[in-house]
Amino acid sequence: MTLTLDAPRIVTTHPLVQVRNVSKSYGPVQALRDVSALAYPGEVLGIVGESGSGKSTLLRMMNLEETPDTGSYTLDLPDVSGNLFDLDRFARRMLCATCIGIVYQNPHLGLLMKHSSSGNVAERLLVAGERSFATLRAKASAALEASEFPLDRLDAPPIELSGGMQQRVQLAKAIALEPALLLLDEPTTGLDVSVQALVLDTLKRLQQERRITMVIVSHDLGVIRTLADRVMVMRGGAVVEAGLTDQIFQDPQHAYTQQLVHAKL
Amino acid sequence: MTPVLDIEGLSKGFTLHHLGNQIAAFNDISFQVAAGEFVLLKGSNGAGKSTLLRTLYRSYLPQAGIIRFHSDHGPIDLARAADIDITHLRRTEIGFVTQFLQARPRVSAEAIVAEPLRLHGVPAEAALTRARAALATFGVKQDLWKAYPTTFSGGEQQKVNLARALILPQKLLLLDEPTASLDATARAALVSRLAELKAAGTALIGVFHHPGDVEKLIDRVVDLTPEITQTEERMDVDI
Amino acid sequence: MSLKTLTKPWEAMAYGFLDGSAKREIRRKMIKAIAVPGCQMPYASREVPMARGWGTGGLQVSLTLVNPTMRVKVIDQGADDSVNAASIRRFIARVAGAPTTMDTLDADLIQSRHRIPEEILRDDQVLVLQVPNPEPLRPVQPNMSIARQMHADADYGRMWLQLYEQIVRSGRVMQGASYPSLVHGRHVMTPSPIPRWDVPKLNMAQHLTILSAGREKRIFAVPPYTRVEPLVFSDVPYKVEDHADLTCHRSGTRGFFMNEIPQEDGSSAFEVSDSEWGVKAIRRRDGEEVALGETWYKNGRMPS
Repeated sequence: MTLTLDAPRIVTTHPLVQVRNVSKSYGPVQALRDVSALAYPGEVLGIVGESGSGKSTLLRMMNLEETPDTGSYTLDLPDVSGNLFDLDRFARRMLCATCIGIVYQNPHLGLLMKHSSSGNVAERLLVAGERSFATLRAKASAALEASEFPLDRLDAPPIELSGGMQQRVQLAKAIALEPALLLLDEPTTGLDVSVQALVLDTLKRLQQERRITMVIVSHDLGVIRTLADRVMVMRGGAVVEAGLTDQIFQDPQHAYTQQLVHAKL
Repeated sequence: MTPVLDIEGLSKGFTLHHLGNQIAAFNDISFQVAAGEFVLLKGSNGAGKSTLLRTLYRSYLPQAGIIRFHSDHGPIDLARAADIDITHLRRTEIGFVTQFLQARPRVSAEAIVAEPLRLHGVPAEAALTRARAALATFGVKQDLWKAYPTTFSGGEQQKVNLARALILPQKLLLLDEPTASLDATARAALVSRLAELKAAGTALIGVFHHPGDVEKLIDRVVDLTPEITQTEERMDVDI
Repeated sequence: MSLKTLTKPWEAMAYGFLDGSAKREIRRKMIKAIAVPGCQMPYASREVPMARGWGTGGLQVSLTLVNPTMRVKVIDQGADDSVNAASIRRFIARVAGAPTTMDTLDADLIQSRHRIPEEILRDDQVLVLQVPNPEPLRPVQPNMSIARQMHADADYGRMWLQLYEQIVRSGRVMQGASYPSLVHGRHVMTPSPIPRWDVPKLNMAQHLTILSAGREKRIFAVPPYTRVEPLVFSDVPYKVEDHADLTCHRSGTRGFFMNEIPQEDGSSAFEVSDSEWGVKAIRRRDGEEVALGETWYKNGRMPS
């Protein structure tokens, strides 16, 4: 029905992130079926799907929290080569710390709730070897400021903060080391609608100012539409359709995508 | 006349799976556009004018045909080009002007208008100066320049939109009813700017509800109205 | 008829009280500890005639190392004459037949609770430190299994975070004793509750230090000439207690770690914590020929 697209001819940069043929089963349940995805430097890839689609599993794998049964994952960065799923635990930790940032849906997963917000961000820098107190303070403040976190609450522990603020601390923590790749798992789900808009806005500005490559997982089409350059639709562990954001939303080809898009009022 | 766009046998239809329905939008369209040419798309409502524009921009995927675009990197078939190539071309060579502004909260009107210049490498101050000039031309009041367009009225947003869309000369410009809900000043500014771009070599393809506005710029008209003999039902599908 | 006539006189079951199997276990774990400086090695901690929490770990190490020619010194908070130090010293002498001493210069083996003597220890001396809580990560990670994994991964972020937050909250690092230190650039250990004053003495020392926790069943070690670096930020230097200018009111010795004794009028008098150093200073002052060893701290400061 539709034409097959060519390989890139004008843009010669390599994709920053490439996931190839990833499959994963948990016992009888196949969570991921031969999933491939890629993102170019500075791009925002949105992964959309309902619960059980495998999108969060895929994101966890991109954060090297789990390994698949088959498939590879590569990052086109200096000093990084080979299938990242094959790294040993030390190399994996170092890579995750320096090249990948993640924001979880549940701030309790990503933050030390009872430590100070600036401390949460500083911990990333400390793990990477920063030993100057003044630099820690400055860089933590800068990351929090970029995440539009109010600096007068710099040392408040996340447990005392609202949901939106907690997400900002997560974001600051994720970008503190200026990673090449930022992963976001339902970053605004559960927040009040007005707060969602503000957080999305921050993400948009960050992306435009720093051109970080982002992979955002969400079941909320509005979030995807606002932030993503390209979209991948997942269902039942497989990729159903992928393409430019405006094309996916305006001219969805697959039955499931049409259902998803048309269901949005 | 340097060819910019070569459309051959382009066809577009929609398959609505849940209805088990197939809707044809346009069929076997062929025409060319050269640098500095203004092509007006004509046709009754539902003839597929807007759909064609969007297909050229790759917001829609065609079913068959070739869209040969003579880019700075050589000829490329937009119908089959990789997503990343399309993204690149949209940023550098192909523009799409609609009524609707993609409002970004907390970015000022002047910053929005300056952005295409900045992305092109123009230094910030110079970009802002040109942006302000463009806003002025389109009749946007000066005290709004530093304000956020999300708070503007529809008409004001559209002026910002146009200022931005037209600030950087493109190789190909697609215009989808850009004059809707514009006041006389803005309309005049738009026409004048289009004339400038045309003179500088931009190829223009437009859908205008009132073509009278751009009468003097039109070089050719392409009529998409289906033959009366065709009994196929056509609907302009706006998703 | 009395209990004394009915019973045999008490004898140790084996030389040095611990049986051969116990000593073998402790020797092996000590060797392992020396091989991986600063890393806690679990060991099968034996029962000794002393309650847990009173130095059983240190005692087991001393009993393993002792032989009839070794001169043994035991101190508690710097004092040889404290009740517990005296008990332990007496016990070791009884079950090992080893001579005892109070003079640091004279000792081959020094078992200590919470202090390192002021006179520099030589490469033929062994220091045994009693450790109540061997896990420096306990305040930030109470789960032992996770803490072990953190040591294995050299994942000390939370430790550093704690120090960072102390500075944010109080303007300085609040850690008084047990200052977490990086050994040989790899493992973070607690040097036992010795004051900050004593930690620099462990860095590149000539002597061997064994740290043993009997109740927690962990042994770790600092081999001679090994780096021991308290965790500090590059721009917030390590500070020891402000005792450089204090004078011991009994012996007159100056610039050593002092015990503070509150006076009735609200002021404080100071007394040098290393009591035998104080005694030697008094004897020297009284005209006796007494050998005062070279000290780590000179004029109240540790030369870098």
